[in-house]
Amino acid sequence: MTSTLLFEDIDHPGLATREGYERRGGYEMLRKALDMTPEEVLEQILASEVRGRGGAGFAMGKKMSFIPKGTMDKYLVCNADESEPGTFKDRELMQKNPHLLIEGIIIGAYAIGASRSFIYIRGEYSHQADVLDAALAEARDAGYLGERILGSDHTIDLVVHRGAGAYICGEETALLDSLEGKRGNPRLKPPFPAVQGLYRGPTLINNVETLMNVPLILRMGGAEFARIGTETSTGTKVVSVSGNVQRPGNYEIELGIPSRELIYGLAGGPPEGRSIKAWFPGGSSAPVLPGTDEYLDLPYDFDSLAKAGSMLGSGAIIVIDDSIPIVDVALKTAKFYRHESCGKCTPCREGTNWTVKMLERVQTGEATPMDLDIMASVQEQIMGNCLCVLGDAMAMPIGSMIKHFRAEFEAHIEAARERHGLGTAIPQVNRDDHAGPYPMLEPA
Amino acid sequence: MAIDPSRVPRFAHGSRVPGWDEAADLTKDPAVVPDPATTPVPEHVRTQIEAEMASYPDIRSAAIPALHIVQREHGWCSPTAIEQAACVMRLTPAYLTAVATFYDMFSTVPKGRHDIYVCTNISCSLRGADGLYEAMLSAAGDDPDFNVRAFECLGACDIAPMASVNGEYVGPLDEADCALLVDELKTGKEPLPAKQLKKRPIAKDYWK
Repeated sequence: MTSTLLFEDIDHPGLATREGYERRGGYEMLRKALDMTPEEVLEQILASEVRGRGGAGFAMGKKMSFIPKGTMDKYLVCNADESEPGTFKDRELMQKNPHLLIEGIIIGAYAIGASRSFIYIRGEYSHQADVLDAALAEARDAGYLGERILGSDHTIDLVVHRGAGAYICGEETALLDSLEGKRGNPRLKPPFPAVQGLYRGPTLINNVETLMNVPLILRMGGAEFARIGTETSTGTKVVSVSGNVQRPGNYEIELGIPSRELIYGLAGGPPEGRSIKAWFPGGSSAPVLPGTDEYLDLPYDFDSLAKAGSMLGSGAIIVIDDSIPIVDVALKTAKFYRHESCGKCTPCREGTNWTVKMLERVQTGEATPMDLDIMASVQEQIMGNCLCVLGDAMAMPIGSMIKHFRAEFEAHIEAARERHGLGTAIPQVNRDDHAGPYPMLEPA
Repeated sequence: MAIDPSRVPRFAHGSRVPGWDEAADLTKDPAVVPDPATTPVPEHVRTQIEAEMASYPDIRSAAIPALHIVQREHGWCSPTAIEQAACVMRLTPAYLTAVATFYDMFSTVPKGRHDIYVCTNISCSLRGADGLYEAMLSAAGDDPDFNVRAFECLGACDIAPMASVNGEYVGPLDEADCALLVDELKTGKEPLPAKQLKKRPIAKDYWK
């Protein structure tokens, strides 16, 4: 079942203007929130059980309740650095309904007591940043932003900050460094941003789609919102479907519908005469799943995908059909993370680089099946050993591709050796974790 | 500036620090914060940077916006451009250079006026982006006005394969569009108006 909350009237030409938005009940929830205490607003968000839409899926209400009380300078940052390959939902939402985001940010800032808020938008989204800037100016004129908003004694300011092209800046602590005007390197956690974030003040960082849900939660009531979706994954989700499908695009779904309905029903499935070889359920950082019935019948929600060994992530499905060699996809993925690794932590900087080198050996046929074991062990050693999860984000898909498609990798190596006249690779016996590469070239 | 992979293969993937292999001139003092009296900064550049500095609690937050402003003014983040931003922001040029070299959209070497970023990430390459990139390179030829780059995911996989042309997203592109696009830019026209992403409705209505 598809239900429409965020995409309601989304293509109406007037929605991006303040008049059009107000005609649909816009900014009423802000007035309502200002009549409530910040604790009551937080209670509604806790009751809605809405989980973060950016990738980690952490409960938004819980994150907000970590922000200390008190009169120190607190900040709210909206993460609009949507750089995860395959993800493009925030772009469409921000461009077409900027005021909903602004309203969500103001309510969120009111709930945690922040007086300054920022939208960190990736530099490539220049049109969307202009749309947001125009909407901000309208909101400021109407008294929704600035000093003493709507006659209350709250001051909330909002600034659109344009990034300059770095995937790592979507990671929350790297984003904060970048927003402070530095190179975007992640920080050591703890302290978590909720305690010590932007300019060393408590900072709440949320994804665009999460914040856009806030006015909707207030309108419906938290408990009512929690009734949509499944028990642990509440609400609707905008899912970006791309790759080898007939109708790529953003689809809003109720969490928990079968993945098959999403891929085949809404996005039209793979092109005529093709079948699905593999799919990324949650952006390129999620472990891939094979296109078998067992996985396609999984309900599309946070917990079912986690149980199947993958994750919902940012809600971006990339479909790979059977005409695409999996080695090419693996190499493309690994090269992306190598390019975007900031270089701060050794396992990620070196691990991404060596993974690319090993995959290139696989492609040219210089590799042996043992290289696949080494590659898998490199992925294991990246996991959990860095300041941020960029390294893990490569390790998870590459590791899962080797796990699910090992036979194809091996066949690819054999075929490449055949082409280059290298003869068959020496079968690996007595594989030892500590052994170096086995002698691999047997003259033809 | 170019890295010779045969000499130091470890850096074959391209360090993020251009000029890492150039020896520092130790006879020179490190550059200090530029002196406003001897650093001419165009008035409109100064006003724009100061407006950015005023929007943040810490002026250093304006580093990226300031670099965007000087790059627009000078065409690339030249030493002069960085010096001007550093002068207004009261930072050392080294600080801003460190920031500029981190981000993909800043160029510390001269580049063409028209930025064409062709997305070659997973979703686009599944739909033929690598061929599109080759076609775009050959359509632009050796015209120094064009800065054709293969870019990581631009966040528009619904119109794959796509490109960002001076910030305007266009797609889905085929190889025939490349020559048309280059011609349109040469004559100062809007890039491929029929294929602009901002005019596209949501998927449910588009595919109806």
